[in-house]
This record gives sequence, C-alpha cells and structure tokens, in this order.
Amino acid sequence: MIEKLDQIFLLLRTWLVGFLPARWQAAAGVVLGVVAIIGTYPALFALGTVMERKGLGRMQNRLGPNRVGPFGILQPVADGIKALVKEDVIPSRADKAVHFLAPLLLVVVVFMGFAVLPMGRNMVLVDLDAGLLFFFAMGASTELSVFMAGWSSRNKYSLLGAMRAIAQMISYEVVLLMSSLAVVMISGTLSLPDIVDKQNRYTYGLPHWYAFTPWGFAGLVMFSIAAMAETNRSPFDLPEGESELVAGYFTEYSGFKFALFFLGEYVGMFSIAGLGATLFLGGWTAPFEFLTWVPSWMWFFGKLMVAMCIFIWIRGTLPRLRQDQLMNFAWKFVLPMTLLNLLVAALWRFLGHGWLRWVICWVIVLGAYVLMAQIGMRKRNLGPRRYRYAE
Amino acid sequence: MTVSIPFYILSAITLLGGLAAVTLRNTVHCALALTAAFAGLAMLFLQLDAQFAGFAQILIYIGAVAILVVFAILLTRNAELEATSVFSRTWIAGLAIAAAVFTVLGWAIMQTASRLPEAWPTPQVTVRDIGNALMSRYILPLEIVALLLTAALIGAVIVAMHEKEGTK
Repeated sequence: MIEKLDQIFLLLRTWLVGFLPARWQAAAGVVLGVVAIIGTYPALFALGTVMERKGLGRMQNRLGPNRVGPFGILQPVADGIKALVKEDVIPSRADKAVHFLAPLLLVVVVFMGFAVLPMGRNMVLVDLDAGLLFFFAMGASTELSVFMAGWSSRNKYSLLGAMRAIAQMISYEVVLLMSSLAVVMISGTLSLPDIVDKQNRYTYGLPHWYAFTPWGFAGLVMFSIAAMAETNRSPFDLPEGESELVAGYFTEYSGFKFALFFLGEYVGMFSIAGLGATLFLGGWTAPFEFLTWVPSWMWFFGKLMVAMCIFIWIRGTLPRLRQDQLMNFAWKFVLPMTLLNLLVAALWRFLGHGWLRWVICWVIVLGAYVLMAQIGMRKRNLGPRRYRYAE
Repeated sequence: MTVSIPFYILSAITLLGGLAAVTLRNTVHCALALTAAFAGLAMLFLQLDAQFAGFAQILIYIGAVAILVVFAILLTRNAELEATSVFSRTWIAGLAIAAAVFTVLGWAIMQTASRLPEAWPTPQVTVRDIGNALMSRYILPLEIVALLLTAALIGAVIVAMHEKEGTK
C-alpha cells in the first residue's frame, strides 16, 4: 500500500497508457509525463506568488494581498486574468521578432530543465547519462533570452538591465558549476537519479546526504548563493531592481509577455531549487530512516517548498547588492572557495572512513572561510564616505 | 547513421541558421541566427548519441560564445537600424566563399569515406570514457588547453585594468 502510494503517478501513467495500442504506448507515456510537468509547475508558481507576497508582507510588517480569496489565496487567478486582458504594448521602434521570441525562449528553456530532475523514486522523465550537463546547458540558454529581451526593447533601461543581468548570470554560472562539481567528483556520475541513489543510505538513522558533509555543506551554501544570483533574485536583483532600473530588461513588456517572464523566473527558481535538493539534500530520500514510509515525491516537493520559503525569507531580509559588489563577491570570494571545496572533497574521499576526515575537512572549510573574510575586510578602509562625481 | 525526418528538420535548421547568419543586414540578427545554427548542430550531435558533445555544445556555444558575440557587437557599434533591405550587399561573395569551402571539405570527406569498412558499429561513448581518455591519453592537450585558458583570463583582466587606470 505504501509502495503503491509512492509510485502512484507511475501506476496512473501505466494505467492510462494501457488504453492505447502497443505502438503508441511509449510516446504517450512521455507525453503524459510532459503534461504532468507542465501542469504541476505553473500551479506551484501560483502558490509561490501567494506565499511570496504574503511572506514578504508579514516580514515588512504589513498584510499581503487579502482581498481576493480567503487570505488572498485566489490572488494568482486575479493576476492571471489581468495579464490576459491587458493590452500588449510594443514600442514602435522595437525589433518585433526578437521582442516576441524572448519570453518564449525563456519559458521553453526553463521547462526543459525539469526533464532530468528525479521527482520521486523512478520518477524522472528522461534518465540521461549526462543529466546534470543537460540541466546546466538549459540554464546557460536563459541568458540569451535575457539579452534578447533587453536589446529588442530599444530602451536604455532595458539594455543596461540586460547587460547587468548577463554579467551577473555568467559570473555566477561558473560558481554554480564549480560547486556542483564536488558532488560529481564524489558520486562519480553525472546522472541525477544515480546521484540520489548514492545518498539513499542511512547510518544510525541519519541519511548520507551530501549536505551533512563539510564539503557538501559549503557546496550547498555556495550553490544557493549562485542559484539566487542566476534567477536574479534578491539580494542579487539589481537587473530588475524596482527602484533603480524601472524594471530592467522587461521594462517594455506588458500583459501576458510580462506574465511569461514572471513565470519563467519563478519556475526557474523551482527548477534550480530542485537541482540543489537533488545534489545536496538527497532528492526524494527521507531525512530519517523511520520516515521512509512517506511517499518519495512528497519529500521532493517538500524540500522544494522549503527552499522557496528560504528564498523568500532572504529576499525580505537582506539589502540589495550593488553591481560591483556582487561581481567582486563572485570572483574574489565564492570562486576561490569553490576551488578549495574541490580540494576538501578530494581529501574527504581519500582520508578513509573515520573521525579524522570529519575534523580535518571541517577545519579546512571553516578556517578558509574565516581567513578569506578577514583578508577581504582588511583592505577595506571603511572611513567616511567619499563621493566621486562624473566630470 | 539513420537518415530520418528529425535529421532533415535539424539539418534544415542548421543550414538556414548559417545562411541567415551571413546574409542578414542587422548584425544582432546575424548573431541570433548563428545561435540557432549552433542549436541545430547540438541536436545533430544528440541524434548521433554523443550526449556529452551535444550538451557541451549548448553550454559552451550558446551559453558563452553567442553571448560573447552579442556583447562584442553591442559594445563596438551603435545598433542603429537603417531602414534598408534585409540582405547585405556582399551576399554573393559570402555565398561563393562558403560554397568553395564546402566543396573542398566535402571532397576531402568523400575521399576518406570510401576507405572505411562497410559495417561500422556505432561506438557507445559515455562521459566516463571521455573522462578516462582525457586523464590518460589526452592529458597533455588538457594541460595545454588549461594553460591557454589561464592566459586568456589573465589577458582579459589586464585589458580591463588598463582602462580603469586610464580614467583615474
């Protein structure tokens, strides 16, 4: 019974596909999986927008939306209707083809990333041998859509926002890849279901998640920093900063295209949170051995929701980073830490099983963090602020 | 190699993207058409079951090289759009040169293709095999490429640094 609940979506798919002749069954199975993904994640997006607005509201000491449904739950419906009926304004000198294609490209590429995420036991849409590489390839393609949006609007704000967004996304893409490289090193595989399988063991009831190891913890922190920067999420949201750049690269988009950009951003956030959960938090495995009776997909979506709440929490708490501050942070602090993390992961692998490797690896990670922070702060003479004016 | 409908569609995308990249007037449109050609090429790699090559093509060419090309276009010319024809004036010369290169390459390939044995089994190359090969047989090219990348990175930093010193 528990196993049936765990595999309920797969059993449902097999039952539905059984109505078709044998030749079409494989293709119909894939189509059903795609339909399920396209149905689930926008629903989660709607839930995510309500959570965000209510959460941010409470953190800023105000109520969020509370008019539309009980506690504002039907707000996404109102937003969707508004986006659909709004007039689609395109600037007259804008590049019409590129302006039209940019949100399309973003949404397509972001949804493709879900094809390799294992959302439950045996519940991955395509089990690719190089699944992680596929995911990062899709993430790299989102930068192109950002550029297309910014350039085709023929607007200085959009172009500036797009340039900043791309610079930020490229820098943190390197950090993202390097921090997941330690996981690939230790697992020995690029295939995401295999990485989850390697974390599916329990010692004294505690799981073998990579986040509980020194290099995994450091990797998770750096991965989440890079994830927030990749999806242009506060505190890295200078490209779409509402107080600086009007709306950044999607200034000239109104109505449904803006809704598509919004959808792409939030679904991208879910997708990268799903990847972080798969790589570091064990994907669909349960946190304690006595909890393995809960269905695996519930654990995956639970971790996704927790990650979303942490993203919202950080957005409501930390101030926005300036462009040069975030670039400095990426290249001078986080990237050396990711390289050190690779070294620590290698030490972890070769120091044998025992308490020695725990002590040495934690000492190296924490010591390097403190040391680099001290060195970074020392050169900064924080005296009274001096202004340089443009001449 | 299976010559099937996806192959025709993908090669059409690649060829049209390449043609558009050399004949369009607006340079940013050319860069975007080149990106479409890269995507078509990546999917051809995937159709040949070379997963690593296909995804690396997307990650590197579309994710980095295309962005570099558009940055270079934007930073070196004002993207004012003249209201003239879509095709550039020198398209005949470009087409002739491309046709000449294609002829030479095709002739070279056809000469070697006649020497291959008939039943050529498709190699099953996993990422693990690529990693093993890079670490054992191709270790020297790997180190040389690393040296090249370091030189490029240092060069980029030096170029950027000079500009800052100039304005102080």
